[in-house]
Amino acid sequence: MNALALTWEWLTDPASWTGAGGILAQSVAHLRYSFLALLAAALVAVPVGLWVGHTGRGRWLAVNAAGAVRAVPSLGVLFIAVLLLLPRLRGELAFELPALIVLVLLAVPPVLAGTYAGVQATDPAARDAARGMGMTGTQVLRLVEIPGAMPLIMSGLRAAMLQIIGTATIAAIVGLGGLGRFLIDGQASRDYGQMAGGAVVVALLALAVDIALAAVQRLVVSPGLTTAGPGR
Amino acid sequence: MIRFDSVTKTYDDGTTAVDELSLEIPGGRITVLVGPSGCGKTTSLRMINRMVEPTSGRILIDGEDVSDRPAAQLRRSIGYVIQQAGLFPHRTVLSNVMTVPRLLGWDRARARAAATEAIEKAGLTAQQAGRYPSQLSGGQQQRVGVARALASGPQIVLMDEPYSAVDPIVRAELQDELRRLQGELGITVVLVTHDIDEALSLGDMVAVMRYGGHLAQFATPAELLARPADDFVASFVGKDRGYRALGFADVAVSPRPERTVRLGEAVPAGSGWVLAVDDAGRPLGWADARSWGGPLTESRVRRFGTIARLGESARLLLDAALSSPSRRGVVVDEHGAVVGTVLADDVLDALDARST
Ligand SMILES: Nc1ncnc2c1ncn2[C@@H]1O[C@H](COP(=O)(O)OP(=O)(O)OP(=O)(O)O)[C@@H](O)[C@H]1O
Ligand SMILES: [Mg+2]
Repeated sequence: MNALALTWEWLTDPASWTGAGGILAQSVAHLRYSFLALLAAALVAVPVGLWVGHTGRGRWLAVNAAGAVRAVPSLGVLFIAVLLLLPRLRGELAFELPALIVLVLLAVPPVLAGTYAGVQATDPAARDAARGMGMTGTQVLRLVEIPGAMPLIMSGLRAAMLQIIGTATIAAIVGLGGLGRFLIDGQASRDYGQMAGGAVVVALLALAVDIALAAVQRLVVSPGLTTAGPGR
Repeated sequence: MIRFDSVTKTYDDGTTAVDELSLEIPGGRITVLVGPSGCGKTTSLRMINRMVEPTSGRILIDGEDVSDRPAAQLRRSIGYVIQQAGLFPHRTVLSNVMTVPRLLGWDRARARAAATEAIEKAGLTAQQAGRYPSQLSGGQQQRVGVARALASGPQIVLMDEPYSAVDPIVRAELQDELRRLQGELGITVVLVTHDIDEALSLGDMVAVMRYGGHLAQFATPAELLARPADDFVASFVGKDRGYRALGFADVAVSPRPERTVRLGEAVPAGSGWVLAVDDAGRPLGWADARSWGGPLTESRVRRFGTIARLGESARLLLDAALSSPSRRGVVVDEHGAVVGTVLADDVLDALDARST
């Protein structure tokens, strides 16, 4: 049987989908890591990005962090984190936390860059008018800069999420769940259908989540920022 | 009244943008700050609402030092219009205009009512109120900027080159509206421009500034043209200031009677230039009957340049005469009906009679 057929067979076998280790259960686990990581990354990167964009201070951080983090190998970080945390934590957490740290590290740069760029791209005239009308610094940020930055903040989050979902397979390496299980277990048992099928499911999941986030983006971005040109 | 009391602004890099400026800007009037680029107009304007803090000296509004009030609170009480409008792209026109009322803590309904009124005053439609800035032309955006500055009913409005980014026709329209609005509301307007024509046509008072933030002259437009304080002001006001001054000169010219012809009426050959009018007596144009005669048709009528209204300035009367193919300037009454014509010489004679 060729690879395509093997993959198809695995994907269409109801047994692959159900049960504790099935595709559905692993997808849920995968999504849980992914959203946790995105949330944690956003909690760090969005405030920092807003601050850098609003004050213009620490710009080098926003610019260089992205490049620096990209150069660090995910697997290396994972093993170092496990080695450091294993003696200190007990149970699943000792493995889960290192995996999350890797994902968060990966997600911070795109969210930070998007947020910073979005705030920084605020029309200087709009910012000047806002101050001139009597907005305080935080009002300018809240009422003018953040709403204007929403398109770029959202694309930062979406880019980060795509990376997270792809990389979350890494959790399986340290014995955790998620769709990475199919890649690791498939390789161990030379079940190439399962490996390839697992990869296909990861891609589909990433696509579905991105579509969902695109819908959120439409909700939170003002139509004034997407409609262009006079008239209509 | 806004008073500048020996105000100096030196920026951190050592540039002195405004030097010992003392100026009394009258309330309920339009005062224009004009001068070459970089002479400190914007800096002076922005010190009024504390967007720039003076290095020394004081600025008083109705006797009260602006630095005694918290900056944000002060700014909410003063309208602010800038060249690029600076609208918030994520907000509709209505919501943009509601900004200051909302900052002042008005409830939504009241803010909305005030904004709707301001939008209408600024010459925008209710339909445009629901649009986003990106869906408006530059001129319309500038109107929104004005509406946004007026919505909370401030007594003072600061405008920094509000019309320099729009085309001349729209600019003239917006300038007329500003005059009308200012008259209606009785507000104090301080407007910055580097366009001397704009300064002379809009300002009740004009402050001419020179490089380094010095005040060269503060006077009415007519006085600036008639008696420039020095060579700088004279050259800034322009080479044709003698002609411009006519724009502020009222002259007693009584129009000569002019025979008018309606379309279809017979014109005898050799009657020279004849003035065609419509049924209400409003001018249509001139027809050349020097070598032609017959019933007047529309195609025979030539449009003309300017028409002067009764009682308008010498400049407009003279312009009407000079732009007419017959050299006779058409003068109309308040309904637009022809009263008669004037010759350039009539205007010049009247000017001579006035100055002797
Ligand atoms: N923030 C600043 N820091 C340093 N120098 C400044 C600053 N703002 C303005 N200046 C300088 O102060 C001087 C006056 O500037 P200002 O903007 O008041 O001029 P302006 O008359 O409004 O000119 P323009 O017609 O070009 O707008 C200029 O020499 C300018 O370079
Ligand atoms: Mg300026």
